[in-house]
Amino acid sequence: MAKVLVVDDSNSIRDMVSFTLKAAGYETVEAANGQEGLTKAQSGNIDLVITDVNMPIMDGITLCQELRKLPAFKFTPILMLTTESSVDMKQRGKAAGATGWLVKPFNPEKLLATIKRVIR
Amino acid sequence: MSLDLSQFIPTFLEESFEGLELMESSLLNLEHGDDETINSIFRAAHSIKGGAGTFGFGHVTDFTHLVETLLDEMRDGRREIKNEEVEVLLASVDCIRLMIEAIQNDDDYDPSSIEETSERLSILLANGEDNASDGKSVAADEPMLLGKIWQITFIPEHHLVQTGNDPLLLFNALEDLGELIVLAKTEQLPSITEIDVEELYIHWQLTLMSDNASEADIREVFEWVEDECELDINLLSDDTPAPPSSVDEQPVNKAPNTITVDSETIEELPSHLNEADVALEQAASKALAEQEVAAENNAPAQSSSSQPTQATKPAAKTQTSKTPAKGKGDTGSIRVGVDKVDSLINLVGELVITQSMLSELGNDFDLSKVEKLTAGLEQLLQNTKELQESVMRIRMLPISFAFNRFPRLIHDLAKKTGKDIELIINGENTELDKTVMEQIGDPLVHLVRNAVDHGIEPADKRLAAGKSAQGTIWLDAYHQGGSIVIEIKDDGGGINREAVFNKALEKGLIDANASLTDQQVFDLIFEPGFSTAQAVSDISGRGVGMDVVKKNIQALGGRIQVDSVPGEGSTFKVYLPLTLAILDGQLVKVGDEVFVVPLITIVESLQAKADLINRVSGDMVLYRLREDNVPVIPIFELFNLPAEHQTVDNALMVVVEADGQKVGLMVDDLLAQQQVVIKSLKDNYQDVAGISGATILGDGSVAMILDIPGIISMAQKIAAEKQAERIANYSKALEGAVN
Repeated sequence: MAKVLVVDDSNSIRDMVSFTLKAAGYETVEAANGQEGLTKAQSGNIDLVITDVNMPIMDGITLCQELRKLPAFKFTPILMLTTESSVDMKQRGKAAGATGWLVKPFNPEKLLATIKRVIR
Repeated sequence: MSLDLSQFIPTFLEESFEGLELMESSLLNLEHGDDETINSIFRAAHSIKGGAGTFGFGHVTDFTHLVETLLDEMRDGRREIKNEEVEVLLASVDCIRLMIEAIQNDDDYDPSSIEETSERLSILLANGEDNASDGKSVAADEPMLLGKIWQITFIPEHHLVQTGNDPLLLFNALEDLGELIVLAKTEQLPSITEIDVEELYIHWQLTLMSDNASEADIREVFEWVEDECELDINLLSDDTPAPPSSVDEQPVNKAPNTITVDSETIEELPSHLNEADVALEQAASKALAEQEVAAENNAPAQSSSSQPTQATKPAAKTQTSKTPAKGKGDTGSIRVGVDKVDSLINLVGELVITQSMLSELGNDFDLSKVEKLTAGLEQLLQNTKELQESVMRIRMLPISFAFNRFPRLIHDLAKKTGKDIELIINGENTELDKTVMEQIGDPLVHLVRNAVDHGIEPADKRLAAGKSAQGTIWLDAYHQGGSIVIEIKDDGGGINREAVFNKALEKGLIDANASLTDQQVFDLIFEPGFSTAQAVSDISGRGVGMDVVKKNIQALGGRIQVDSVPGEGSTFKVYLPLTLAILDGQLVKVGDEVFVVPLITIVESLQAKADLINRVSGDMVLYRLREDNVPVIPIFELFNLPAEHQTVDNALMVVVEADGQKVGLMVDDLLAQQQVVIKSLKDNYQDVAGISGATILGDGSVAMILDIPGIISMAQKIAAEKQAERIANYSKALEGAVN
């Protein structure tokens, strides 16, 4: 089953995403900021990264750039959790190598339906 | 699939409160803040907004969105950070807190302040920069047609897979909309020697037959790749099949949930992968092997159990729950540093080792092993002690939880009174039991308000006295012995001895010719109904006086002390026990009963010498202890117990002190000193005068814990009754003599 890395500085959102994914049979790894996410990403075979944009220590955009530098993450889908669905935000995410974005707030059904586009 | 998210709401609420605290303290520090400060405020608001949206608290989301927009403008430097903005943001923090508290207590709230603040925010935003737009672009409603056939041409850029997008998965998503026929077109595929395994050379012709899919639905699937592909979506009429447009393609019948790609493509693509370097092979096979296999049954396996999984916490924190607590702002859970939990686990490990050693010893015990047994028991004692300390530490929180409301309070009070006040906080990492923390908040607020209102003088007065215009209030917390000391100090005018004395006189608290030390005069301010405020301001002096502060602190087993130097300021020191759950006690014996005397109250223990005993009229016995005369209280009489020592001569006395009063408790024997765990009498039985609680001793018996202040007032009452009785008898005797 696919393994998803969930990076968000908000416990509740992280718990919610993780819980939803686990209920759908995915395995999850969690991190509270980009730096932690980057460390955890390198420790296992991650099939998908879902990350918040605004985080302390290392934000989601930087995390995305850093991950894309790693050979193992060259093709790994990376989704940004964002409420800023502005064009600018999407472009910054894309420029950093993000696969796509999820606009907050989302419900579990929406989350699962959406990640089906990037992970089996 | 419908999932119940309500289990995460408490975490969200807890987080929101933390976020609000952070916003508030950062806003107050904004003047000497930097970009990071405004960023952290933004992030906190952002998290609250996101969470509120997720958990369905739309009113919080809407309001916080305004706040976030304003913060975003500040963050980007599009808006200057002025006083007005900070004040509105502080008011907004209060509003969000109000809403979150209402959610927590499942309560209504008064929307008026929220409406008012919303308006202020909106006005600010309208006068400011461009309004950041938000929200998803909503597709125009399209008429729903039945049985539409869509023709989709999808020509991805070569690097598409390098952003983690996978065309096949996009097609899977399209399948959710209806029947899909996929044709892969390979005419752009270069020769095998020129192929770059990280590039995508194929494009697709898709036909979607759907009852209700709109163009917007289809576009949504390609939302993430729309900038990296040519996407052409056409609605074909129902009876027009897609004309074949290239020689390469072969329409295929497809079984549900499978995607078919023409076989040539498949055979050619992976064959050269062997030559690619290993690092790329993994990635490439991932990208391309998918084009090789008809993907079967792509839906993630539904796990049959939708058991809530144990929510894991971030590494820095973990959560333990305790019994549901009452009181506002108490979430009934406590966050504990991982280090504390680690140390607990280590200690339990050691305990288990000791236990197995002891049971080994007990298997075939003989007297030769006594020494080993003694050592083992000592080990056990050590383990238990450490474990107890560690467990107690779990309940301890840094006092910053109580302190962090003060910067805001001072900010507001200073504005209200027109005084210029700086607050300096020290020792905010000193740890205090959670229960004590929850109950000390209000008394501290009162003391701080008092310092602002009565302590710090107006600027002109300060300048006249040769001081700086700005007054200072210090909040400090530190350990001293077995207590925590919280200090509230100001550099104001100090307590006016004369004013206090006269006021007390006026209230009939003291005699006109009483000679009191400074300390005794200062202590008068804690008397009920005492207030020297010339006019009752709305800051302090709301009829809730220092007497209530003192009572609340005493209820926690603490005490308060005041020091003051005229013209230089006052210092209030609050002494609190480290914890309410455990008490250092001296076990004493009276008859067959064992009582616990709180160690903190004991001055000394002694054997009464006959020549120092002084029987005053009636049954009152005073014992001369150096320069004091200490009333003797026979415990056996108080609780109607049989006792060995019925008289004071040569009896054992434990001299205790409470409220500045010393008394001698007469007991039969002194036993061990030990820490006892306090159990409430009220919860398990009922309140008993003179007893503050109970505990269970090592032998399983129950011992009562003596309530020293209670016993002193009981004894005073008894003495007064006896006195009255005596006077009555005396008058009767007089009358008899006269007649």
